Amino acid sequence: MVKGIEIRTSPHLKRALNVQQIMRSVVYAMLPICAFAIWQFGLSAALLLATTTGAAVATEAWFSRLRGAGNTVADWSAVITGILLGLTLPPGFPLWMAAVAAFVGIGLGKALFGGLGYNVMNPALIGRAFVQAAFPVAITTWTPAFAPSRFVELIPTTLTAPFMRPESVTDWIAGLGVDSWTGATPLAMQKFQHIETPAWDTFAGLVSGSAGETSALLILVCGLWLAWRGCLDWRIPASVLAGAALTALPFWLVDPGLYPSPWFVLCSGGLMLAAWFMASDMVASPVTPWGAIIYGVFIGALTVIIRLFGGLVEGVMYAILLGNAAGPLISAWTQPRVYGAVKKARAKS
Amino acid sequence: MAELPKHQEDLSLDTFVRGLWKENPVFVMLLGMCPTLAVSNSAINAISMGLATTFVLAGSGALISGLRNWIPKQVRIASYIVIIATFVTIVDYAIQAISLDLYAALGAFIQLIVVNCIILGRAEAYASQQRLVPTLVNSLGIGAGFTIALFALGSVREILGSGTLFGLHLFGAGFQPWVVMVLPPGGFFVLGAWLLLFNWIKQRGERRADAPTGVPANAR
Amino acid sequence: MTNDVQVEAPQAPPDATPTFAMLRTLGGISLISGLLVVLAYQFTLPIIAENQRVRTEQAVFRVVPGAVTKRDFVLTDAGLVPAGEGVQGELIYAAYDAADQLKGVAITGVGNGYAGPVTVLFNYDPACQCIVGSKILQMTETPGFGDKMETDPEFLENLKALDAKLNADGTALINPIVTVKHGTKTHPWQIDAISGATLSSNAMGKAANTAAQRATPAIQRDLAKLTAANHTGQD
Repeated sequence: MVKGIEIRTSPHLKRALNVQQIMRSVVYAMLPICAFAIWQFGLSAALLLATTTGAAVATEAWFSRLRGAGNTVADWSAVITGILLGLTLPPGFPLWMAAVAAFVGIGLGKALFGGLGYNVMNPALIGRAFVQAAFPVAITTWTPAFAPSRFVELIPTTLTAPFMRPESVTDWIAGLGVDSWTGATPLAMQKFQHIETPAWDTFAGLVSGSAGETSALLILVCGLWLAWRGCLDWRIPASVLAGAALTALPFWLVDPGLYPSPWFVLCSGGLMLAAWFMASDMVASPVTPWGAIIYGVFIGALTVIIRLFGGLVEGVMYAILLGNAAGPLISAWTQPRVYGAVKKARAKS
Repeated sequence: MAELPKHQEDLSLDTFVRGLWKENPVFVMLLGMCPTLAVSNSAINAISMGLATTFVLAGSGALISGLRNWIPKQVRIASYIVIIATFVTIVDYAIQAISLDLYAALGAFIQLIVVNCIILGRAEAYASQQRLVPTLVNSLGIGAGFTIALFALGSVREILGSGTLFGLHLFGAGFQPWVVMVLPPGGFFVLGAWLLLFNWIKQRGERRADAPTGVPANAR
Repeated sequence: MTNDVQVEAPQAPPDATPTFAMLRTLGGISLISGLLVVLAYQFTLPIIAENQRVRTEQAVFRVVPGAVTKRDFVLTDAGLVPAGEGVQGELIYAAYDAADQLKGVAITGVGNGYAGPVTVLFNYDPACQCIVGSKILQMTETPGFGDKMETDPEFLENLKALDAKLNADGTALINPIVTVKHGTKTHPWQIDAISGATLSSNAMGKAANTAAQRATPAIQRDLAKLTAANHTGQD
């Protein structure tokens, strides 16, 4: 399994990392983001992350036992999927739905394709896409960040009984005493009311949204650390972000009142998290350098197009899934032509 | 199953039963996917579609079998299609007469039975060579297999997607419907899940037959 | 399918089939087919017509509360003509209560939604010149979003007193019925869209507008025919 994956490392790293080391580094990089999510949304976010991670690991263990191929939990990839999935869900998402998402993500998104290394798309996003389609209301129910009682009580929807509809959070939010809560994330406010949240708030993460997507700054720092460690291809997040910013720029220049600024596009919603931690999924992204760039720009541009012109508020999930689907094709297009060692070396330079 | 039906097949239980399992049109032959995926969003739609298809199968099979000695090879496909279309039209009127709501729910898929490959396949492969009674029995078996398969999909999709079965609420008012299940992707998910289950059972059976003593512990 | 392999029957070579045999077979089969189809059509025709009548009646009685009888009129350029007099065209349904008082007029409208046409039956009250109720006859909108049009009480509130006043000439609405963005309804002729299902809500607005624009001028002009109808025989 270790030999089956080709890993291109940054030049400054001399030794090749193995799958387990890379996966563990990714987990470490996500821990600060998890901590911020818990600090921001309280106990519900903690339970949500624990549930998705637990369910993902349990599903992985079950499928690897069914397959009889030894225990694949030890490669940490299921943990990553679980944490990532938790970070992309609204903090008050019912735990049973979160468990369904983790099961579908690992089961349908990964195990049925043959396990780690064979999945076509990012398992965490498969899980999220499934619950987005299955429970469209619950996944767009947002709760305020920094609720005063977040460490003593749960968001009421968190503990919804399995298969039951989550109750409305309107009354609960009204009782919180949070001022000027509109029930909308910065993205939705921009899309429907054309009100742009102040740049610093979205950059630092002082806004509402999915559990782990709010702080662009923190995600950036953690992502850069991973890139420095050589655990992800820096080209992918860089080109995703560049693609998104460049696509948003002309619209913003034409009508700044209607369209969001490139800066807002980068810092709002799940784009930052997705660019660093999901688009860069080693299995589901193209392996050639130019392929990685095409793939990243494609995802970034598509995200902005869905956000601006689609029916959905956030488009990065579908953009990445489509990018994943196009990944093998992009890889095939951008294969360096190998005629001999000399030309190969030139193609790489 | 090895001998070719050069001679007329004798009527046996297998004539009927193999349509249910060994030659199940949906789960084994993977035929007729269009109605299978499209109208299996509720149990009642699924069963209605299954019964309508069964009627067309039986009616066209019987007529083709009865006329098999008079249909020249060159015009057989044209003849089969005309006969199948006849029964589809009859079913179309019959469903309108039974329930307009059902007719609206099934939509264009009633007329599309005419291009369901199960039916032309049966006509070509069985009815055109076999006597009337075995053809009728075999068509009913295949139709029953199709109906069961559609019901298997439709019931799962309706239970998860609406919390009901045949319109009866199963879980009370608080149930959270899995919207995706009544949408087209749900059809693919549930069909995939059933195929997985059936193939798993089949493989397990084969493995048992191969190695009756030492089943690996991890095969579970 | 192993046993269903196509086997060549021991018959003459293909080119030996006489033309007449092919013609005879196809002709014969077409004859049988025609016979069966016509029989089925003749047999089911009255049942289907009755089904359609019952369905329309139920829909009208549901959209016009308190109605127990109805009369159908055809919408023509020359005004309303009672149905069944050989005039073809769009139908409207005048509904009466037990005391034979006109309770409302059911009119149909179609608007294009997210996933296809949305057909709606509206209850038009000629006295207040407004739409006071609705029932969706057919739609294919996304469950969970578009079908909120049937269940969302906030949205249904829009259709309980929707202004459809005619202009002075009596030819068109003063204010066309429009769907507006969620939370921005300011006038009684506007429909407040469901947030997240804007396209479906737009379809409802278009359906209401087309229905009202087409039917209300004729209804107002021929109101006497509708109210006078309560003394003629009804089913």
